[in-house]
Amino acid sequence: MSPAWVVKRIGFYVLVAVVLAFFAVPMLWLASAPFDAKPGLGVRWPDWTFANVVTTFRHPNAVTSLVNSLLLCAVATAVTTVFAALAAYSLSRVRIPGRDALLYLLLLLSSVVTGTAAMVPIFVMVLQLGLIDSRFGTALVIAGGMLPAAIFILKDFMDSVPRSYEESARVFGASPRQVLGHVVLPVARPGVATIVVWSFVNAWGNFLLPFLLLRDVGKQPAAVLLRTLHDEGGSANLTVIPVFSLLYSIPVVVLYLFVSKRYGFRFHGGIKS
Amino acid sequence: MPSVDAPVRHRGGDVAGLGVARAIGFVAPALLLIGVFLVFPALWTLYIGITDYQLTGPAAAAPKVVGLDNFAAALDDALFTNSLWLTALFVLGSAVIGQNVLGFALAWLLSRVRPWLRRTTEGLVLLAWILPGPVVAYLWFAVLSRDGGTLGLLLDDPTTAWLVQYPMASLIVFNVWRGTAFSMLLYTSALAAVPPSQLETARLVGASGWQAVRDVVFPHIRGHVLTNTLLISLWTANDFTPFLLTAGGPNHESEVLPVLIYRQALEGGQLGYASAMSLLLLAGNLLIALVYLRLLRRRS
Repeated sequence: MSPAWVVKRIGFYVLVAVVLAFFAVPMLWLASAPFDAKPGLGVRWPDWTFANVVTTFRHPNAVTSLVNSLLLCAVATAVTTVFAALAAYSLSRVRIPGRDALLYLLLLLSSVVTGTAAMVPIFVMVLQLGLIDSRFGTALVIAGGMLPAAIFILKDFMDSVPRSYEESARVFGASPRQVLGHVVLPVARPGVATIVVWSFVNAWGNFLLPFLLLRDVGKQPAAVLLRTLHDEGGSANLTVIPVFSLLYSIPVVVLYLFVSKRYGFRFHGGIKS
Repeated sequence: MPSVDAPVRHRGGDVAGLGVARAIGFVAPALLLIGVFLVFPALWTLYIGITDYQLTGPAAAAPKVVGLDNFAAALDDALFTNSLWLTALFVLGSAVIGQNVLGFALAWLLSRVRPWLRRTTEGLVLLAWILPGPVVAYLWFAVLSRDGGTLGLLLDDPTTAWLVQYPMASLIVFNVWRGTAFSMLLYTSALAAVPPSQLETARLVGASGWQAVRDVVFPHIRGHVLTNTLLISLWTANDFTPFLLTAGGPNHESEVLPVLIYRQALEGGQLGYASAMSLLLLAGNLLIALVYLRLLRRRS
């Protein structure tokens, strides 16, 4: 153990500690401030209390906005998953005329037309359709934005599943409906689960589209309400914002724990497209 | 019994016997939504961008086609050129340099620490990526605020309002924190493909860590670096989260392109003008995406 080696080792762990602190410090507030009797913006050891939680649940919009978030996410996730699964399966197994051009176009679209780049036409279109303040309409817009990437990820997944399962089922006389329901769906479950989690997390954190398309406070999701609470300012809100941020984060954290336990966050083989 | 769709194996792998018509029926709902909410808006941007369409007033009821006037006005507009410069700075600082370097450093360093430390660090980095945007924006507002923010407490400096005095630097640090996870994941899987024997040889001939990275690792992951840089640049250029942190302020000092488009369109009501600016963002995205797809195709 030469001195140079020791210095290098210490430098290495100091570096890791700095990185760890950089990522951890901003998140500590989310654990301390919700349960602090006198919450501030800085991180500190709290005077433990649950009074903030009670105040937050009494806030006129807090619970409704979380319900709205759930509603938006449920519709957007369901539409994305079902439509993407149907499309991905057909594109993977059937030689539809113009398939390769279509896939290329989808891949291009999914990265080029983002919510920010298309916010003006989307806003104008929804305005003229009279769908401003429609949660269902907003969920469909969100789903439309997620679909190309979802189709791509699922098609990649289906391509890697051997066809022999379906072939055997056909040989034994199963109808297409039976093949899809009893063979393809169970085999594709990990891929479908990925899409469910991916689209839920995406829709849950989406701020821009609900912010543009939902003007009525009673219909806005948590993403927009958090912004409104922040804008209103005032120290009174420091009792509501921390608890509300925590509540709003919980579903995503639970999903994250589930995924990292079950599958682990790794890229397998190719790169997410 | 002779059946029309008997030869299962000979139709490009249509093993479930779906048939082309039904397959098209399966693809149609997805294509309909994509058509209405992605393709149509993209094309419509082209049209709105050449009109004087406004949110309110006479030009709202009957917009006139003004040709390329919006584009000429944009290039002449100090706010627009300012915003282009800030967007370039944001992408370069936080994505091309920040996330790329930190992501690679994490992937490289964490492969040689104890598993519990590795899992903890990776977990935190991933959490920063996966928490909802409005929440992380508020977390950073709390860190950087002058009124008892954590950074002020740590540095014992209660007088600096970081988001006001250094808005772009704050946004860049924030976005590095927010988005490094993707680069870390990608480089972790890329590094796993570097043959350990080559690294071992480099070590035996006395190469330093940096020399090993440059001469052994980098040639193996060059494609990944390019892919990663393209993707994170695209996402960063289209990120709307800066709006939640600084809303473009103070005095347009952090008004990146997405924020400028929002403020022109929704706060200023200049829909036509804002569309012309969006078109530029779309064109930039298209350029990056085409390079990316070319790369993918060459590799496969």
